[in-house]
Amino acid sequence: MCDAEKKTTQKTPRVATGDRAILPEGAKTIPVYIMGKRYDVPETLTIMKAMEFAGFKFLRGAGCRGGICGACPTVYRMAGDYKLHFGLACQTVVEADMYLAQIPFFPANRASYKIDEIGAAAEAIHALYPELFRCVACNLCTKACPMDVDVLGYISALKQGNIKKAAELSFDCIQCGLCASRCMGEIPQYHIAQLARRVYGRYIQPRAEHLQTRVKEIESGKYDAMLQELSAMGREELEKCYVEREREPDLSTLGTWQPKETQYL
Amino acid sequence: MTLTITDQTITLKSFEKLKELSGENVKLCMQCATCSGMCPMTAEMDHSPRKVMHLAQFGLFDKLSASNTFWKCASCHACTVKCPRGIDIAKVMEALRQQVLRKSKNYIEPSALPAERIVELPQIALVAGFRKLTS
Amino acid sequence: MKISYYPGCTLKTKAGNLETAALASLLALGIEVEEIDRWNCCGAVFSLTADDLIHQVGPVRNLIRAKEQGANKLVTLCSMCYNTLARANLIMKNDPVKRDTINRFMDDEIDYAGEVEVVHLLTFLDQEVGWERIREMVKVPLEGLRIAPYYGCTLQRPADVGIEPFGSFSLMTRLFESLGATVMPFAAADKCCGSYQILNGEDGAQSTAATILKSAAEAGAEALATSCPLCEYNLGKQQGKLLENGLIGTTVPTYYFTQLLAIALGVAPESCRFDLNDGAALDLLKNKNCLVAA
Ligand code: SF4
Ligand code: SF4
Ligand code: SF4
Ligand code: SF4
Ligand code: FES
Repeated sequence: MCDAEKKTTQKTPRVATGDRAILPEGAKTIPVYIMGKRYDVPETLTIMKAMEFAGFKFLRGAGCRGGICGACPTVYRMAGDYKLHFGLACQTVVEADMYLAQIPFFPANRASYKIDEIGAAAEAIHALYPELFRCVACNLCTKACPMDVDVLGYISALKQGNIKKAAELSFDCIQCGLCASRCMGEIPQYHIAQLARRVYGRYIQPRAEHLQTRVKEIESGKYDAMLQELSAMGREELEKCYVEREREPDLSTLGTWQPKETQYL
Repeated sequence: MTLTITDQTITLKSFEKLKELSGENVKLCMQCATCSGMCPMTAEMDHSPRKVMHLAQFGLFDKLSASNTFWKCASCHACTVKCPRGIDIAKVMEALRQQVLRKSKNYIEPSALPAERIVELPQIALVAGFRKLTS
Repeated sequence: MKISYYPGCTLKTKAGNLETAALASLLALGIEVEEIDRWNCCGAVFSLTADDLIHQVGPVRNLIRAKEQGANKLVTLCSMCYNTLARANLIMKNDPVKRDTINRFMDDEIDYAGEVEVVHLLTFLDQEVGWERIREMVKVPLEGLRIAPYYGCTLQRPADVGIEPFGSFSLMTRLFESLGATVMPFAAADKCCGSYQILNGEDGAQSTAATILKSAAEAGAEALATSCPLCEYNLGKQQGKLLENGLIGTTVPTYYFTQLLAIALGVAPESCRFDLNDGAALDLLKNKNCLVAA
């Protein structure tokens, strides 16, 4: 905490290096240790870029580079500290004296099921993943999660049969697998949570009725004529239509606005 | 039961380990068999709790590890509350289980339990059973 | 009066009847109940090896939740939760070395040193409500109901957490007497139901369960009262199978003690979730005219 604060308030400005292999003037490097070997890397890079800077090439363990695919989980320790840290390589900026290792894949049991057949009862999830009941509430999973998901929370919710709560608590999970890598109970938490969200979506979450009405309208051909009309337009006419379209004013109170043109409703 | 004791059968190390894990001194046992009388699971056990204490006293861990007694123990503590020598026998049973479980060996396999059973059982049965019978 | 409450996993599903009946009863007695936040499984069984502290973390985490909420007492219903929480609490209270290790391991939580007292609802009713008060509040006396109080293992053993001494059944006895029922003591009231051994082949658990049910029936009990969902499973839900296998001759309906309390306090049967009991349980109460008109 204190170190981080010091770094952000330091006087010397940081020079961004981007993808450049030859560093611009003023750029500073810091030592990091990748699988035990020291590399000096620009201080502004993410772990992923720093590793590439150091000469590593990602064949696996990198995907979106945007913090959402969960392919790049990384575990690290800071020199002299017992604590394990976890992060996404594509999101976490390097710090001096990080000891890094990638966990691109961690084996985890994934049950097979037919979502249309399993039903909304929590017991179906229990039967597919009985190891759920081996959780000891050590909370190592929550501490490992790079997305700040309350993993112990959703595991507890599932043991208590609360699928809705588990689905909501695990919503931010990106299936990186770090929780499973730390689990005392050898539980594949994220696969169970995914099943919970699927069951929630399939059986528990209320259906959006207006959506169903709209789908029916589309299927009944209500909008075919309008679509044809648009398809027949030239580019200029289409642009004009777009620019002149009626828009609901930002922040207008819900349900108070109606377009003047009502034929499309 | 005839006990054959040689210097090979007595493993001092395992004896110390049992003491360390259970916190109990099995040598205090005077073989009164109150524990066996209290135990609800004796019909399932190949050695009664008293016999297990006897084997443990002599450090006959080969015989002990082949026994099913500690796997059939329900941790009900009926023996513990009645032992005239104040031994917490339930802790001895747990220590014997743990000596196996700590080598990553399961006594029952959670994934082999039939789905209908899991669906029907209360959660505490699964949690308790897995804690006592899986590594 | 307001109490902090730890439910336990099974009470949120298969033993919903144990919980809803308790909550309805406490409401009728004018006691406000606050379920603790973000609780996790207690672990169901207390770890008995001297060096195994990781299995104490679960129960202690719940006690920390209670402490965070400013509670000095935590009330439980399930016997297994009660036992596990209370025993873990004793470690935190009395063993400075283990306490320190557990606190250090849980570096994501506040420190804990046994500040919260774990109380079973039966003890709470005795100490904080009183049997006289309950007797006064009874709307539908359970007259003529011959009920056998079944304690099982974890309410009484070991002695340092037992809600009363081994071999004594006074809390349930006084409760049911206050409710107007006839208490039927029986020899196997503290015998183990087989517990988790039901996972490990059914035979052992079935024969222990049969012993208990036969003993209760022979003592003239019409029904059995428990406080543990695993006892209820082994003794109640398994009765069909036991009868089929010829291990018992007659069935004995089972209740949670909270259901009998609620019914006597005039709570509507719907709030007691008899749908989770065997059908015979509700029928018996109907025959005894113990149900308030819906
Ligand atoms: S819950 Fe597990 S898999 Fe999901 S993001 Fe967190 S650590 Fe990764
Ligand atoms: S890491 Fe595993 S055992 Fe520990 S709290 Fe998470 S799910 Fe439970
Ligand atoms: S009750 Fe105690 S003293 Fe008697 S045989 Fe059992 S362990 Fe030994
Ligand atoms: S704790 Fe185990 S050995 Fe002791 S009486 Fe109960 S089942 Fe038997
Ligand atoms: S590469 Fe997708 S989350 Fe990092």
